[in-house]
Amino acid sequence: MAYTKRLDGRKQKECREIVAQAGVIKNADGSGYFKIGNTVAYAAVYGPRALFPKRVQDPSTGILRCNYNMMPFSGMGSRVRPGQNRRAKEISMVTEKALLPVLDLKEYPNAVVDVFIELTQTDAGSRCAGICAASIALADAGVPMKDLVAAISVGSVDGTLVVDLDYQEEAYEEGEEGVADIPIAYIPSTQKISLLQMDGEITKEKLIEALEMGKEACEEIITVQKKALKEKYNL
Amino acid sequence: MGKLLVEERKVVVPGEHIAEGMDYLPAQWTYRKGDNILAGRLGLLAVNGRALKIIPLSGTYTPKKDDVIIGKVIDVAMSGWRVETNSAYSAMLSVRDATSEFISRNADLTKFFDLGDYLVAKIVKVTSQKLIDVSTKGPGLRKLYGGRVINVNCNKVPRIIGKQGSMVSLIKNSTGCKIIVGQNGIIWLSGSPDQEVIAIETIKKIEKEAHVSGLTEKITAYLEKKCKNKPAVMPEEDSEENSEEKPAAKPAANKKGEQ
Repeated sequence: MAYTKRLDGRKQKECREIVAQAGVIKNADGSGYFKIGNTVAYAAVYGPRALFPKRVQDPSTGILRCNYNMMPFSGMGSRVRPGQNRRAKEISMVTEKALLPVLDLKEYPNAVVDVFIELTQTDAGSRCAGICAASIALADAGVPMKDLVAAISVGSVDGTLVVDLDYQEEAYEEGEEGVADIPIAYIPSTQKISLLQMDGEITKEKLIEALEMGKEACEEIITVQKKALKEKYNL
Repeated sequence: MGKLLVEERKVVVPGEHIAEGMDYLPAQWTYRKGDNILAGRLGLLAVNGRALKIIPLSGTYTPKKDDVIIGKVIDVAMSGWRVETNSAYSAMLSVRDATSEFISRNADLTKFFDLGDYLVAKIVKVTSQKLIDVSTKGPGLRKLYGGRVINVNCNKVPRIIGKQGSMVSLIKNSTGCKIIVGQNGIIWLSGSPDQEVIAIETIKKIEKEAHVSGLTEKITAYLEKKCKNKPAVMPEEDSEENSEEKPAAKPAANKKGEQ
């Protein structure tokens, strides 16, 4: 039997509940909080600030440094080993590349903007939540940027296209067609995708359709992010 | 016909559509995309005729020519000092810009400015690579002795100073503190300890409520209430301003203001 009804009763195109907030970390130059379902991400931005060692400086532009980290207690029961690992390094790198197209750091040669993303709770879609939080934090920090970035995972569970997979769906094993999990990041003003990864298999037609669903969901997320930022400043 | 999509003085976020049509022009921190004008940074929208610009609300200090800043000496070089500016870049204070008095070639530069000293300096030059030259030659530019140093959001500095310095002189007069506000968001104050605390509290209040209109009245009332119990030791402090020229006993250690 195909996957007709989602495990948590959501509609196909329905995201989990989203909560966003700006300015949650007072010591940082900018910060953001993004919660989608049971996945919770905090992001703190420092800078633009001086960058050392000197050999990593870029005289033509400022650079962006992201750091993705899952907290030891953030998993589902078992302890996540703290610190850097191959997965965290890769996600840090793709986060950087997802955010960089909107940033304008030309005015800050030799400097760095540091983004620290911490996940206190994870239930799939953590890199997407991280990007959303980081985007809020960067805007809050007053970094020149052309647009906000929203991110969401789309995919197919046993042949059915869904938006915002949770862990249960990601690990769904009953079907014959398997699961495809596709995290995307989207820039609304240019309608471009700045992150596209995939686990599993999907047909070309379904991929195109899934991406369209993802874009729609991202537009929704952008409005939540904008609201969070405005709430902080419209006292 | 162009249309403004956001009211003036409202908060805009990056990527937000501000206006439609070619009647409006993008200015600072806004950009044109097709027919629309979008925000390139978080801040308040300011409409100036046809030009749309954004007044930033957050962000670190960007050095600008002619800004008067408060810096800290972090290094002593062959022919000058390196000064921290509370931005991503440090500034250079060369001997020739430091003082009009004669400094011999092999003089010990720490006699003039030592590591950790705070000074009021003016930015004389900023290059495209953000190399900064500062000067301490000029009225009001000098080394700071004693007092305390606090940090504020540099985007709120104009509000703290007020029109023609109205806000800062209000605080000066009610607390009797000497206050110097640097454009880079570093503020130096010196007075009696309890008055210093009141001054800091007031500055923090202004920083927090910078968007409120009629702030001056509010702060006047606040200061009156605060200073009622302990009337400020007023004018004589002001006349002392000039006597500072005489070498102070010893450059007192600068305390970082409490956060």
